[in-house]
Amino acid sequence: MISQIFILSSKGDHLIYKDFRGEASKDSINVFYEMVTALSGDQPPVVMTHKDHHFIHVRQGGLYWVASTKTNPSPFTIIEFLNRLAALTKDYCGSLSEKSVRMNFALIYELLDEMVDFGYIQTTSTDILKNFIQTEAVSSKPFSLFDLSNVGLFGAETQQSKVAPSVAASRPIMSSRGEQGGKNEIFVDVIERLSVVIGSNGVLMKADIQGEIRIKCFLPTCSEMRIGLNEELNIGKSQLKGYSSAVRVDECRFHQAVKLDEFDTFRILKVCPSQGEQTVMQYQLCDELLCAPPFQLFPSVEKDYVNRVLIFLKLRCDLPPKSTALNVSITVPVPKGSVSMSQELSSPDQTAELQPKSKALLWEIPRFPGGAQLSALFKVDVPGLSSASLLEVGPVSMSFELPKQTCTGLQIRFLRLSPTQTGLSQRWVRYVTHSDSYTIRI
Amino acid sequence: MPYFGSEETVKELKRALANPHVQADRLRYKNYITKVIRYMTQGLDVSALFMDMVKASATVDIVQKKLVYLYMCTYASDKPDLALLAINTLRKDCADPNPMVRGLALRNMCNFRMPGMPEYIEQPIVAGLRDKASYVRRVAVLGCAKLHNLQPYTDMDGSIVNELYALLRDPDPVVVVNCLRALEEILKDEGGVVINKPIAHHLLNRMKDLDSWAQSEVLTFLLRYRPRSDDELFDILSLLDAFLQSAHAHVSVSTLRLFLHLAAAHPAVQADALLHTSAPLLATCGSASRELRFAGLCHVQQVMRSQPGLFGTHYKRFFCGYSEPSYIKFRKMEILVELVNDENVALVLEELRSYCTDVSPELAQAAIAAIGRIARTYSEKCLDILTGLLALKQDHITSAVIQTFRDLVWFCPQSTAAVCQTVEACVDNPQDSEGKQALLWLLGEHGEQISSAPYVVEGYIDGLKTELSSAVKMELLSASVKMFLCRPAETQDMLGRLLHYCIEEESNMCVRDRALLYYRLLQRGVEETRKAVTGPKSDPSMSVLTGRQEEPISLWASAFNTLGPLSGRDLCLQTVIISASAQPSSSAEEELLPGSKDVTLSCPNDTEEEISLSLGPPLSHETFEKMWLDLEILHRQTLGFPRPKAAADTLQAALQLVKIQTLAFTPGDTVPWKAYLYTRGTGTLILAELLQEDPEAPGTEGSLVVSVKQQPANQHTIRGFVAIIKSVFQTLNFDRL
Repeated sequence: MISQIFILSSKGDHLIYKDFRGEASKDSINVFYEMVTALSGDQPPVVMTHKDHHFIHVRQGGLYWVASTKTNPSPFTIIEFLNRLAALTKDYCGSLSEKSVRMNFALIYELLDEMVDFGYIQTTSTDILKNFIQTEAVSSKPFSLFDLSNVGLFGAETQQSKVAPSVAASRPIMSSRGEQGGKNEIFVDVIERLSVVIGSNGVLMKADIQGEIRIKCFLPTCSEMRIGLNEELNIGKSQLKGYSSAVRVDECRFHQAVKLDEFDTFRILKVCPSQGEQTVMQYQLCDELLCAPPFQLFPSVEKDYVNRVLIFLKLRCDLPPKSTALNVSITVPVPKGSVSMSQELSSPDQTAELQPKSKALLWEIPRFPGGAQLSALFKVDVPGLSSASLLEVGPVSMSFELPKQTCTGLQIRFLRLSPTQTGLSQRWVRYVTHSDSYTIRI
Repeated sequence: MPYFGSEETVKELKRALANPHVQADRLRYKNYITKVIRYMTQGLDVSALFMDMVKASATVDIVQKKLVYLYMCTYASDKPDLALLAINTLRKDCADPNPMVRGLALRNMCNFRMPGMPEYIEQPIVAGLRDKASYVRRVAVLGCAKLHNLQPYTDMDGSIVNELYALLRDPDPVVVVNCLRALEEILKDEGGVVINKPIAHHLLNRMKDLDSWAQSEVLTFLLRYRPRSDDELFDILSLLDAFLQSAHAHVSVSTLRLFLHLAAAHPAVQADALLHTSAPLLATCGSASRELRFAGLCHVQQVMRSQPGLFGTHYKRFFCGYSEPSYIKFRKMEILVELVNDENVALVLEELRSYCTDVSPELAQAAIAAIGRIARTYSEKCLDILTGLLALKQDHITSAVIQTFRDLVWFCPQSTAAVCQTVEACVDNPQDSEGKQALLWLLGEHGEQISSAPYVVEGYIDGLKTELSSAVKMELLSASVKMFLCRPAETQDMLGRLLHYCIEEESNMCVRDRALLYYRLLQRGVEETRKAVTGPKSDPSMSVLTGRQEEPISLWASAFNTLGPLSGRDLCLQTVIISASAQPSSSAEEELLPGSKDVTLSCPNDTEEEISLSLGPPLSHETFEKMWLDLEILHRQTLGFPRPKAAADTLQAALQLVKIQTLAFTPGDTVPWKAYLYTRGTGTLILAELLQEDPEAPGTEGSLVVSVKQQPANQHTIRGFVAIIKSVFQTLNFDRL
């Protein structure tokens, strides 16, 4: 059972504090903050103990979400509960930040009051909670013309267009009034996280994909919804369906509310989404990538003059020509003694800098179209360079975002709300692949 | 956090709340109340406003009501007399037609933690238990627990307990779970809520209606239930089978724990359950939430203690992502080291090699140490990598590599030649004291194989004045003396200088004493010194300790899915001591006796009082090894008889009977025979080594020698422990005769 729950800003300000059992003093907030800031990098911070009191915390949105307890509970339960609390806060406040928590503290207290009683978790389902939550969320977004233009675009949207601006889903689910409130929207997101290791010879050494289908629902009430996935989707290694093995996942798990009676034959998920965000399906694919890895790197590292390393990187994006990778950033560790760097980049929108703190150079490319190839030359000055220092260059790590793209090939064929749905509702399907960890050895 | 001008703020708020104009304007009034709560959260003492807030509770606005209740619950214990004023409003609300208002009022009224409350809340709680709205019943059920917490042992308890047991059949799932929780608290002194067969089966049948939180809690309660027969057991397991693969990690892990517990007598079922849960566990290891990832990794480590092969094919899942925090990377490296086998060793080493140049020196050193661990099995490949790392000429890397070499040579004597060659070729020396000590040890111990050794040592002796660490100086002394024994001509002069400096000019007493000791020793002659200084150069039998053995599942299953696996060694030790002192003093002798009554097992030494030993939570091999190396030998005794010829498992079982855990022992009749034991008694942890030298060797008489280490030290317990060991072996020998 939980004794206290509190939310702290990264600077240690008390944003929310609720004591459920009166068995711990209020001082424990400060004790916690002192402990967590005193930890060195290699000590695990998740569970900390002070006298007979355990603190379990998660970091989300730059905040500390902490539960304290005197018993020895399941860590999975507490961690998942804190994550759920953060997710609900995000649902209700629109976004997750110190500011939004500060502005909506009354609402969060109200949430906590219904979610936990005497340290026992009561409910975290939006369907139940929405009956009890009365406070209106204060949106922390400033009113701006830019937002308005977004809304205007929306109004004139075409049903075919399947791209919704990413800000559209970050608003409070409960706002019953206001200009956006009337919108009956439902977002179905297919999100994949890619972790890849490519060896120095360009061979794929490891590839994992963790994916999920997430629904964010703004409809006040929603009857059954049918989500159709690719019919040729294969699950598991042994089972093959159809002639192509193009779409395959190793394993998938579903939210307990999902009805699967049509899944085996038609690959249809049936679900009654409740308001807010929920994950209906999680899947993973290991040790195999059904398409080419999105980026290939051709590096060359040479010693130039006495004290200079030349790093020449040629990066190719192997996505289909119509798609684009966004916010690509490439980190290359450089020798510890590096002092300065000059670079030659192929276009002005790219940037590159030497980060003295982490001894790495960071090359950023805001947009990278599929099929394109970019190259860059970095000259790094390293006083006292030895040939062994060249070994310190690498491995290269990349982070990026691939909108409208899934690496497993999982697609949503259709999204059908049951015919009894009243009023116009808009349905959006969005795909995105994030790089969880993309490492290329040199 | 005291704020500047806090008194002013409180006064100002008080004025505003009392202002009739503000009170008339509902929005403004509410705004001020919100402000009060905001200050309260920030840590400002606003209890002076209690009176005004009580007034504000009489409103129809539910949001305002909730805020005021929150305020009142916080300060009720400070202002009990004023809080009583609010009770009238609350009791009135408890009879409101709106169930939400009823529940809210009841919940908050029960949250007032002050004396005198019970008499006001008893009646509303009892009424609440029979309310037709489930929301109110949920609140009322937990209200019983709160009531008990405020005023334990009232005559009310009996009737409430009966009512709560009846409510376990409530149609609302949350009420059911709340009943379990409340009963658990009320009946804490009697061992908590009783889970008998009807209740257990009722709960199992309701599992599907519960939400995930309630599911994992019910699963934890079911740990208490013992099925009557195997048929019943398998019925239960098949009911729960689906939950092993739940989408919620906490449910699948709780189910696994229950499986392991219930199927303790069916290892095949346990193994099957572990196999089924490996997928959800691996999924948590790749979860988006890094805290969940960490919890998953820690539990994977637990599972691997018994089933090292379970995750073997998934080793790539434990490769580190570059953006992961180091505490996760450390865990992943620990797991990778365990998963190495002939097929994946090349890939794992390549992966670890890429961590060695990480920006964080701690991480780089840990990666090097990990390669060193793998080197105990695959020395050749690892030595290549480690040698390559020396070329980087980074201080922290060189130091870590040298330390790894030292440990490697100690564990695997066959790699000595290669290591010595590398050390000889390595031109720059480590700069930190840990690394220097390791290098000096290597030079001293294997000086005859490293031709440049005397010159390196000479360099250190020349720089002695600037050396700050006394540990390095001590190591330098030992290394020089050892080197003198094997290469006297090159070393004599510098050893003289060193001893002269350390005896005449050194201010640190320990170093000075050590120098004097060596000086006197050398005066006795070279042979005498050689006898005293040189010892074994390696200890392959230590690999008995470090080698992985599959542990029984029961060793870790009890701590599975608790905070134990997540917190480091510190918490572990803490709980050890708590559990050891909380252990009722059961006599070890009494428990030993069943079956062999004709043998007296009381301590042979009559001055000893009986001590009580306990097993406590299990100690991992790593922890034992680390502690064994850290601690000093407190007691060494020749037992005066040889090791019993009984089979190893008989010995292990006999020791287990007297609550002594056997961690590892050399198999069969290998000579020298060693065994490592540990136990806990009177708040201390005892580690022991049993050693039997070759019986044919002169001067040993083939008798067992026991060496005891302890933390914290307590001579009395050691004597008791040795006495118990003695009696066990006597019994076993006696049986043989």
